[in-house]
Amino acid sequence: MNKFVIKNMNLYYDDFHALKNINMNIHEKKITALIGPSGCGKSTLLKSLNRMNDLVEKCTIKGDILLDSEDIYAENSDVNLLRKRVGMVFQKPNPFPMSIYDNIAYGPRTHGVKNKSKLDEIVEKSLKSAAIWDEVKNDLKKNALRISGGQQQRICIARALAIEPEVLLMDEPTSALDPISTTKIEELIQELKKDYTIVIVTHNMQQATRISDKTAFLLNGELIEYDKTVNIFSVPKDKRTEDYITGRFG
Amino acid sequence: MSKVIRFAVKLSAIITFGVLFFMIGHILIRGIPNLTPSLFGLKYTTKNISLFPAIITTLMLVVLTLLVATPIGVFTGFYLIEYAKKGSKLVEIIRITTETLSGIPSIVYGLFGMLFFVIYLDFQYSLLAGTLTVVIMVLPLIIRSTEEALMSVDDSLREASFGLGAGKLRTIFKIVLPVTMPGILSGIILSVSRIVGETAALIFTLGTATKIPNSFFSSGRTLALHMYVLSTEGMHVDESYATGVILLLVILIINVLSTLLSNKLTKENRNE
Repeated sequence: MNKFVIKNMNLYYDDFHALKNINMNIHEKKITALIGPSGCGKSTLLKSLNRMNDLVEKCTIKGDILLDSEDIYAENSDVNLLRKRVGMVFQKPNPFPMSIYDNIAYGPRTHGVKNKSKLDEIVEKSLKSAAIWDEVKNDLKKNALRISGGQQQRICIARALAIEPEVLLMDEPTSALDPISTTKIEELIQELKKDYTIVIVTHNMQQATRISDKTAFLLNGELIEYDKTVNIFSVPKDKRTEDYITGRFG
Repeated sequence: MSKVIRFAVKLSAIITFGVLFFMIGHILIRGIPNLTPSLFGLKYTTKNISLFPAIITTLMLVVLTLLVATPIGVFTGFYLIEYAKKGSKLVEIIRITTETLSGIPSIVYGLFGMLFFVIYLDFQYSLLAGTLTVVIMVLPLIIRSTEEALMSVDDSLREASFGLGAGKLRTIFKIVLPVTMPGILSGIILSVSRIVGETAALIFTLGTATKIPNSFFSSGRTLALHMYVLSTEGMHVDESYATGVILLLVILIINVLSTLLSNKLTKENRNE
């Protein structure tokens, strides 16, 4: 089942052609990894899936991106609703400077949940799904900036889960974390795959092999190769993919 | 070498504090003995030289000015950072204007206020003319401090909020505003100090009437103005020093109160 269908997509920052004629399908409840050297456009591609690129001035997109066969860039499409369906976790943990509870409750409150017991329930469920409930259940009133970076990132994942998205976009979610936190988050991502479609940008090829089902390799704004992760890393079809995964550049 | 620098640094600090202590001490020594109960009479007469009406007028001017200047200034700051297109012509013009305005000597504001509000709009010497003049004077301060506070907010917080499907207004009110509150407040506090200490911009707009203004169109004098007039007239130098003591006290109280307020607000938004 395809969650996203990207057809002939081109993206420009002003006159810079950042993504060139991308065609790819993203499967439901699978983990898709986007890899490639810095500046290849993988983060840009990720951000076009929940229209975060709208915030960038002079960014124009041509072609189609369909979510459940609906064009997310159509004129009548509601960007806030899209972002509720397609949640995002950023590279650097970015909790709001407020309590852990309020961080998680921010999204549901935004979308109209006011009932206190309902909010309590969402907060607990989200923190449990993000595997951090046991660590913070007695500190829900604590400021989210006062816990470790690894915990902050799981709070951010919980915050994204609290609005019950269908897709979770992750932009190098472990690059700012230590190895132990990274392991925890990788395990968590595996766990989340049961309920969510996950697209993850990563710099770390081992990470891609460990967690993803499919991998897309991008270079200079082009989608070079997109296949099952095992194939990409064992029998790449393109010479450039092979050069990259064997560490000849990037 | 490091000894020389250490000495120079210490000396600078001593000079700075020395001058400050000397000034404050001088005012206190000359002023406190002259603080007589008659100075606080409800009405000013040539006998009691009461400064009470000036205290009330000062408070009125501060409150009125902030009522007008704070919303305009804060909203302008928000417009420049959150709404306007980055690098647009209008933003550039507003920014250059505010920067220029904040560097202009206050007598220029006074002159403008007199020509425009007092004469052209025929407000006469009045609370209204004085307030509007001072509003123009403190606007750049409030705009700049709002802008700086907004620019210091990490963009990743805005992204996180938008990423959760929150709209612009919600992001600004729930995420950006609480973080910027201390910065905006410090701009407002600075403005209060400027208003309390201002004379040049007020002497030909607010005027120097000795009564408490009973309408927007009547004149009055603030503490600083009262002090200035007393000392230029040369008849009541002692009372002028006494006024100086009260002025110091007022500024001290405002600073302490506003520091307490901003600490409280910062703590609340950190949820400690």
